[in-house]
Amino acid sequence: MLIIECPWCGKRDQTEFSCHGEAHIARPLNTEELSEEEWGDYVFFRKNPKGLHYERWVHAHGCRRWFNVARNTLSDHIHGSYKPGETPPTIDTQEVSQ
Amino acid sequence: MNQKNRLEQGGRLNRTKPIRFWYDNKGYEGYAGDTLASALLANGVNLIGRSFKYHRPRGIFSAGSEEPNALVQLEKGAYTEPNRRATEVELYEGLTACSQNCWPSVNFDIGAINSVLSRLFPAGFYYKTFMWPQSLWMTYEKFIRKAAGLGVSPMEPDPDSYDKTYAHCDVLVVGGGPAGIQATLAAGKVGARVMLVDEKNVFGGSLLSDNVEINGISTQEWIDQQLNELRKLENVTLLNRTTLTGYYDYNFLVANQRVNEHLGSNQSGNAPKERLWKIRAKQVVLATGAIERPLVFADNDRPGVMLANAIRTYIHRFGVLPGKEITILTNNDSAYYTALDATEAGAKVVIVDIRHNPGGELFEKAEQAGIKFITNSTITGIDYAKGKIRQVEIMQLDGDGQGVTGSKSQLPCDLVGVSGGWTPTVHLYSQAKGKLKFLDDKHCFVADTETPNKLNQNNPSFSVGACHANYGLRDCLIKGFDAGKSAAQAVGFETTEITSEISCNEPESAPIRPLWILPCDHPVGKGKKKHFHELHNDSTVADIELAAREGFESVEHVKRYTTTGMGTDQGKTSNLNALSVLSNLRNTSIPAVGTTTFRPPFTPLTLGSIVGQERRELFLQKRKTAMHPWHDRNGAVYEDVGDWKRPFYFPTHNESMHDAVQRECLAVRNSSGLLDASTLGKIDLQGRDVSKLLNLLYTNAWSKLAPGKCRYGLMLNEHGMVFDDGVTTCLKENHYHMTTTSGGAARVMSWVEEWLQTEWPDMEVYATSVTEQWAVASLNGPNSRKILEKLTDHPIDDESFPFMSMREMNIADIPARVFRISFTGELAFEINVPARYGLALWEAVIQAGKEFDITPYGTEAMHVLRAERGFIIVGQDTDGTVTPMDLGMDWIVSKKKGDFFGRRSFVRSDTARERRKRLVGILTEDPNIVLPEGAHLVEKLKDKPPMDMIGHITSSYMSPNVGRSIAMALVKDGFNRKGQSFHVPLIDGSSQKVTLTDPVFIDT
Repeated sequence: MLIIECPWCGKRDQTEFSCHGEAHIARPLNTEELSEEEWGDYVFFRKNPKGLHYERWVHAHGCRRWFNVARNTLSDHIHGSYKPGETPPTIDTQEVSQ
Repeated sequence: MNQKNRLEQGGRLNRTKPIRFWYDNKGYEGYAGDTLASALLANGVNLIGRSFKYHRPRGIFSAGSEEPNALVQLEKGAYTEPNRRATEVELYEGLTACSQNCWPSVNFDIGAINSVLSRLFPAGFYYKTFMWPQSLWMTYEKFIRKAAGLGVSPMEPDPDSYDKTYAHCDVLVVGGGPAGIQATLAAGKVGARVMLVDEKNVFGGSLLSDNVEINGISTQEWIDQQLNELRKLENVTLLNRTTLTGYYDYNFLVANQRVNEHLGSNQSGNAPKERLWKIRAKQVVLATGAIERPLVFADNDRPGVMLANAIRTYIHRFGVLPGKEITILTNNDSAYYTALDATEAGAKVVIVDIRHNPGGELFEKAEQAGIKFITNSTITGIDYAKGKIRQVEIMQLDGDGQGVTGSKSQLPCDLVGVSGGWTPTVHLYSQAKGKLKFLDDKHCFVADTETPNKLNQNNPSFSVGACHANYGLRDCLIKGFDAGKSAAQAVGFETTEITSEISCNEPESAPIRPLWILPCDHPVGKGKKKHFHELHNDSTVADIELAAREGFESVEHVKRYTTTGMGTDQGKTSNLNALSVLSNLRNTSIPAVGTTTFRPPFTPLTLGSIVGQERRELFLQKRKTAMHPWHDRNGAVYEDVGDWKRPFYFPTHNESMHDAVQRECLAVRNSSGLLDASTLGKIDLQGRDVSKLLNLLYTNAWSKLAPGKCRYGLMLNEHGMVFDDGVTTCLKENHYHMTTTSGGAARVMSWVEEWLQTEWPDMEVYATSVTEQWAVASLNGPNSRKILEKLTDHPIDDESFPFMSMREMNIADIPARVFRISFTGELAFEINVPARYGLALWEAVIQAGKEFDITPYGTEAMHVLRAERGFIIVGQDTDGTVTPMDLGMDWIVSKKKGDFFGRRSFVRSDTARERRKRLVGILTEDPNIVLPEGAHLVEKLKDKPPMDMIGHITSSYMSPNVGRSIAMALVKDGFNRKGQSFHVPLIDGSSQKVTLTDPVFIDT
């Protein structure tokens, strides 16, 4: 079971959180102008990488705040968590890909 | 009592406390400190069960949790537990156990015919034989399940209680042997919070089976000394009878503590039988020891064949000598200790050593003790009859040990001890995704703690002692201490001060002969004698050969094909030998063959322990509204809605559900009814940008909603599909009250928060869940205004309080928000009061309504009443694939206001396509028939399925107000098919003719 650092509350047990999937998907501003493919991408398609993944988590049984987590899906290693709007932490991709 | 194999002295027993127990309905006696296995052996009982597949007789093979054979059915009735290892069950007064997987008895078992027919039962037999024809599987299955399998599960609820607890520590030490004790001491002395867990009732591990001296004192004295020191440390927690069963990510570990099972099933009192520990450790020291590796020789599964070190354990820990004439079969020195101790205990011992020229200190000691040696030889057969070994057959090995030469000789004996060296217990490290490495010199896998491992970086752990192939006692003691120090250091403790002085005498061991699969007088797997590498699941060397022959060469395939390692012992004694066989067959090394992954639990967990207290009343929380006491007093039958207990209906005078619901429905339309609507989700929204947010959340326009006005809205996800609905009211400028479905409250709250926090953090909206802060009584029916007028001075006529508006007023002197909204289509008032006044409000309205025969009604009447008016229920008439247009609710979708969630999806080709399933009304030809919800509509009726389906019933009721049954359905191209007739085939083979209509059955 993971230990996740909530940017507001600190390190807590995974059971306090829930994962809401891939992070950094901005809602398109010009939805009317989007092609079927572009809208379909936004609504349906998500990355499913083996390795580094940026995810959105919520501290559901805590402060109820949303934030982002950089997690390695292979090893479950968490590289860091950061607030919405913040720049993701720099991660040595070579280290991740091993 | 006749404990014929009990030694005069020795053993960690309380001989002043004899204990009576029953095995297979026969009474025996043992002592406090015994396990069931040691007590049975003391009484000369060693036929414990029948094997899984061939029903061969089996005996006690080990003295610990690795036991593959001696599984028993413990206790009876509700207390019964199958597949308990006799080697782990502590003896208590009145213990009752019996053998399993045998009928009619363990001595005469009909299933043993399988053994005679074993040529018909090769590996994969079930897969191959019973695959075809598939329809007969159901027939076969019954017999297979009866013939195979192990014990019987209890049929009554478990009367014992179980518990769970959480713990955090700096250093968790797993295994209370010499290395573990030392590690705990080192880390504990410097102040680290340490937990030491051990599966046995007493600490000491391998020392319990030993008789050496440490620092000039006996092992028992040394253990006591160390434990005394540990008990003085407040920062150290000692957990015996506790099995570390799982090692998960980020040093999360699960351990199961058998709290008071050893007291007996009737003695449990208030303490739980078992307690599950969920432990988060900063550092973990694995000192889990090693399991002796068996040798695989002809008919090695006979009762009386036992791991050599287990014999030693029975002598030292339990004061039991399980045999008088012992043959030890070994490829290494460690079995010599057993030979020496058994000789001293009075047994006649012969060592059959497969090595050519064993020598060294221990060999000399054994010779001095008068032990006879037969070298470069092996056992090629066992003369077993009437539950006992009578003699073994010995032959000389040929040059490379792959065959035998010369003539047979017979060696009388009643017990065979086998030793093929040791297998470090690496299960936990492997569970934690740690990599293993193979030590060529020691022929085993150990934790690869030196190489940084990407998969294991969240599980920092040390592996020490025998589980790291450090078999020497001195080595264990010193390295254990160092590991404890390093672990404490890694957590941040200063450890330079402490040291540990160790002196103990240990003879050097001579090298092992790396040979485990021993030949006999016919080729292995070809003749009558069987070579079992896996006792638990009856898997033989021949099975692995067959698997390999059929192309199942990968270790993972072999495992599944032969079921090696898949028993409840998870192959603790068999895995490495299986790998040996496979590596021989593939002509490669063991590390090249690889290992299968160890998975939790290390030993089986009871379901009770996993469930803990979360059962019966505590299984699921119950949410109750403020009015619940009234509902209880008035005989409400409840329906679970989410976690809520909602009144389903209120039967009077032993009414049936049907009668009650019909009466409630009529009362609402004819006079008045009262519904507890407190469970509706409620969200308080405040801030400058609420109306902007509402415009995104709902399909209709919200900018112009004036204070005091209510509006109904549909919520869509980005797919354009309806996922919730409700009425939102503008309380005043920038302050709104949103309602959601009862079941969707949390979902909507989360949906709102996620958008606010992640997409539009600059929006000024504060969302607060107030579901439980407001109690709601929904007063419906033509007389509702007359009733409410009695309770308030506030004008509530149509003009001053019009439909779809909200007024704040006192109702029965309680401050209330009253909403003129209706889910029945009748004149209605939804009265919201602070929850603490809910019951008082409800009672006041009931009292005031008496003269109008006010009728409390439940969720079923609510469903019927709304269906009569064609109102949808999200989640019943919708299922996540339904758009507002599919519901015929185009009117609620704004074309002008701009973007909202899901809008762009309306023009997706699939969403915009013609002939989608649409919500329609359904009338059965026979007005008395109420169709089952979920039934399908078909155009063409056939004799039997499959038939082409065009839609399904979503809601279906008997409506007393319409005077017939009514239903709603989602039907392909439904809007254009109104008036047409179709069929609804039912599960009993009959069918109903139905006509599509508008879903509004009562229009006012």
